Amino acid sequence: MEIPKSFIGYKRENGRVGTRNHIIILPVDDISNACAEAVANNIKGTIALPHSYGRLQFGADLELHFRTMIGTGSNPNVAAVIVIGIEPKWTKKIVDGIAKTGKPVEGFHIERTGDIGTVMKASKKAQEFVMWASEKQREECPLSDLWISVKCGESDTTSGLAANPTVGNLMDKLEPLGVHLCFGETSELTGAENVCAKRGATPEASEKFMKTWNSYNDFILKEATDDLSESQPTAGNIAGGLTTIEEKAFGNFQKIGSCKFIDVLEPAEEPTKGKGLYFMDTSSAAAECVTLQAAAGFNIHLFPTGQGNIVGNPIEPVIKLTANPLTVKSMSEHIDCDVSKILTREMNMSQAGDELIKSTIRVANGRLTCAEALGHKEFVMTKLYRSA
Amino acid sequence: MSQTDLIIHDEKDNVAVVVIDKTTKNQTCDGWIMENDKSIKITSINEIPLGHKIALQDLKEGDTILKYGHDIGKVVKPIKKGDHVHVHNVKTKKW
Repeated sequence: MEIPKSFIGYKRENGRVGTRNHIIILPVDDISNACAEAVANNIKGTIALPHSYGRLQFGADLELHFRTMIGTGSNPNVAAVIVIGIEPKWTKKIVDGIAKTGKPVEGFHIERTGDIGTVMKASKKAQEFVMWASEKQREECPLSDLWISVKCGESDTTSGLAANPTVGNLMDKLEPLGVHLCFGETSELTGAENVCAKRGATPEASEKFMKTWNSYNDFILKEATDDLSESQPTAGNIAGGLTTIEEKAFGNFQKIGSCKFIDVLEPAEEPTKGKGLYFMDTSSAAAECVTLQAAAGFNIHLFPTGQGNIVGNPIEPVIKLTANPLTVKSMSEHIDCDVSKILTREMNMSQAGDELIKSTIRVANGRLTCAEALGHKEFVMTKLYRSA
Repeated sequence: MSQTDLIIHDEKDNVAVVVIDKTTKNQTCDGWIMENDKSIKITSINEIPLGHKIALQDLKEGDTILKYGHDIGKVVKPIKKGDHVHVHNVKTKKW
């Protein structure tokens, strides 16, 4: 198949391109969720992103909180942002961070005003933003403006056999065209860590990967009360035939095809070394991982599943593919791309990769994903340790 | 491309994955090795569901299970050729 050279997206002030045109109402902290949701309820075409954190955090955990907030607002799939927090200082820090992209952003703090006054002021601004953004048109953009993140979930052996290698095939075909790519899941590379480290494009990248994985493994060995066999693999994984974390890890690893990663990113860190594949240190919990990748600026997500994970994200469209014929049959409303014919040998990996490229471009152009149509917008912040 | 009952990732692997609804007792299964496009035949000695693994040789306690050409765990109970390979007879080497 000849790969299309372009897609139609929303060009942003900083040169990035969005596959979506969202107006988000971003609460800085847990207690501002009610206000943010009230604004989103008032002004049609906006989405609130409620979450559980943002109070009394400190150190690296607080830095990650700010990085995730600012990154989410800065993502090119977002046209404009309303930030609402309890206190002025942290609210302003997030507003200032997002403002660097040049997009419209305005902050409101609740102290000394109360919810009702804040909702009124923020709603007026949100209405202005949504009406302004509604006139934005999609324009033709090179395929290299796609930043594609990947993560698999509810995996089974069909993931490693077919759905994950399909993503790998797409990566092998799109990497030479200059797209940004990102995989994560530090924990689910356990057992394949040495093989994965060898995929570093430079000795520094390999070393950084091993350091990241070792730090995760030390934490597990310190905190685990027994082994992780209840969580890794999960009951769903085991029902699907996966026996050990090593087997799951080698299946997971198929997603990067034969690409090499050029750098290792902190959670939610924006890549700065140009086009190519990046590894990000993330949890393997689906919503946490996608939230971090979206906060790093990725604008479209590929999610292979075996037993049928249903995750979505409020700002980054999540495309599901599966090779499990039972999942296709029983959960069809969640599956954007069916590659189950690989198992019956009616489709080869290259044909499956082409199908996934077609699905990806259609969604980049505006076709809703199953998760979007079903209203999945899981926004889950990663927290590193308990608050002060 | 003919249909297959089992898929094997790598020629070195000692397990295959069932890709039909399930195998039945004493069923002669066709296996396809993805890596080199070769075919094998193996008799399933019990019922094994879609996505689950079948042993391609006799395995004894302490043996290593190879899939994708890599070590994915250790045998903790003897396994016969054609038997179901899963959490009841294989464990991780990690924890």
